[in-house]
Amino acid sequence: MEPLIRIESKTVVMPQDDIDTDQIIPARFLTTTTKTGLGEKLFNDWRYNEDGSPKADFVLNTDAVTGAAVMVGGRNFGCGSSREHAPWALVDFGIRAVISTEIADIFRSNSLKNGLVPVLVDSETHQWLLDNPGAEVSIDLESRTLGLPDGSKIAFPIDGFSRYCLMNGLDQLGFLLESEETIKAFEEARA
Amino acid sequence: MTAKSLFDKVWDSHVVSPESDDRPAILYIDLHLIHEVTSPQAFDVLREKGLPVRRPDLSLATLDHSIPTVPIASLKDLEIVSEPAAAKQVIQMEKNCAEFGIELRNFASAERGIVHVIAPELGATQPGKTIVCGDSHTSTHGAFGALAFGIGTTEVGHVLATQCLLQRKPRSLAINLTGALKAGVTAKDVILKIIGEIGVDGGTGHVIEYAGSAISPLSMEERMTICNMSIEAGARAGMIAPDDVTYEYMAGRSMAPQGEAFDSAVRAWRKLPSDEGARFDRSVTIDVDDLKPMITFGTNPGMVVAIDQALPKSGDAAFDKALGYMQLEAGKPVLGQAVDVVFIGSCTNGRLSDLEAAASVLKGRKVADNVRLLVVPGSAPVKKAAEEKGIDKIVQAAGGEWREPGCSMCIAMNGDKVAPGKLAVSTSNRNFEGRQGTGARTILASPLTAAAAAVTGRVSDPRELMN
Repeated sequence: MEPLIRIESKTVVMPQDDIDTDQIIPARFLTTTTKTGLGEKLFNDWRYNEDGSPKADFVLNTDAVTGAAVMVGGRNFGCGSSREHAPWALVDFGIRAVISTEIADIFRSNSLKNGLVPVLVDSETHQWLLDNPGAEVSIDLESRTLGLPDGSKIAFPIDGFSRYCLMNGLDQLGFLLESEETIKAFEEARA
Repeated sequence: MTAKSLFDKVWDSHVVSPESDDRPAILYIDLHLIHEVTSPQAFDVLREKGLPVRRPDLSLATLDHSIPTVPIASLKDLEIVSEPAAAKQVIQMEKNCAEFGIELRNFASAERGIVHVIAPELGATQPGKTIVCGDSHTSTHGAFGALAFGIGTTEVGHVLATQCLLQRKPRSLAINLTGALKAGVTAKDVILKIIGEIGVDGGTGHVIEYAGSAISPLSMEERMTICNMSIEAGARAGMIAPDDVTYEYMAGRSMAPQGEAFDSAVRAWRKLPSDEGARFDRSVTIDVDDLKPMITFGTNPGMVVAIDQALPKSGDAAFDKALGYMQLEAGKPVLGQAVDVVFIGSCTNGRLSDLEAAASVLKGRKVADNVRLLVVPGSAPVKKAAEEKGIDKIVQAAGGEWREPGCSMCIAMNGDKVAPGKLAVSTSNRNFEGRQGTGARTILASPLTAAAAAVTGRVSDPRELMN
């Protein structure tokens, strides 16, 4: 994975609360056995008509999304199924961070392992972002802050270990593999 | 000594290395459940890195999500009934399990079925275990006093390679259920009520422990229905303390300890329930005395009303959007709404007692004209047991379809789906837009309520059809 330290981008806004992973990537596309190419199916049923033509008024089909690597979602983004295909699809589409007041547990955990930064903000900041689609923001992992166009910096929480892995492009599996001796000792002690 | 909760006890006994500010805990996993949809990319990682599966003996694999439920003679016929990608995924699962030495409850196995149905059935699900699966409904196994939660595919790879996960300890939420359930009101109605009360994000970041006078009389299958939908309240896991009901269910199951070893296991399990005075980060009390059969009306499982209740008056934009999708009217009851499809099955309500409940309503009645009824046993053993009780005959005589085990119409990625715009009453767990098929509209309900909808052709109160 490429190290990820700072994202500077305009935002694209998906204001609905409780956007579930079935919307992000419908189950019928989960028959894939690879991780690639899912961006095309991102928000498929909100994005395309039955004949496959794009729905002109859906935000991901408009200029609003061009060059946007930051998605602002409604509360409880990514709820529902554990499918990692959801962050895969977002990243494949070009999204590198999701901002909300609340991000569902499994989706957040999956995102952190795929170079997609979950950014939790307070309701006031969130509302401003919802009201100002296309705002130029920065997400800085070094300082753990979200930068707004007025120059203000909002701190966001992120697990220290996940942050370290993201900033250094490290796969978390490596750390577990290095702990083999400890794991073995644990197994032997229980046996 | 500090009083510990059930969750604390299971967590603490699986910490390989404790968490610190810059490191999550390494948590040992006792049982890894694997299915064909969320594992292929994880097996690929092992291949790329040249790693073996560390503990194939602690892995339990089956085919459930993309396997068709129409009867076929063998996997060779898969391409006749399945989409090519779904067929390929099933074949890939067979290959991955063979290559990495994991026993697969495969198509020919008499023990195959939905992973959350077969693990308890086999006795693999046990009190005090840590259990994970690349599936959010892994919370089901918490009914036994296990700590069981869903993980993503990267973490499936972590468990395959190391039998461990990197985890931060979640917070705890006690849900105390007081009162007693009336006839016709089921575990499904209880969990729908809970989700309606605390919201679809009410449990986010928490492990729930369900307790109280309404929990202890429940059977293991009913407890599984409740824990199953913990994720629908956003919770990491749901747990119920093990008791004699648990041990009776487990005795004699093939993967449970046997004889002397079982007695000694029970003695250890008896120490698991939360200590008096155990601390929870939050607690909620819900009384079920006046609970009625519950149904969902919107596009998430928290949008729920009692069967005879009028829908709330118009709320915010999201509420209106959901009702627009469902083609239901604010302020009006759902009762009496014409139904197109009834689905009885899934990891929530696809067990023998669920099929028995449905059959009690279907018996001697006919499925209404223009309604399609699909009854899908959760596993091959459930199917066999139901057939021994004549449930297949009851379903078929009523005009319903009796299928092979699998996730079926709950996830609509295996050929079973609801057509666009059609209204389904389902015993499954998610009423998200398109969950049961593009444009499909879903009302979640208990097996009794679903069966009542099948025979009346309308959303109906099952209590009116019960003897």
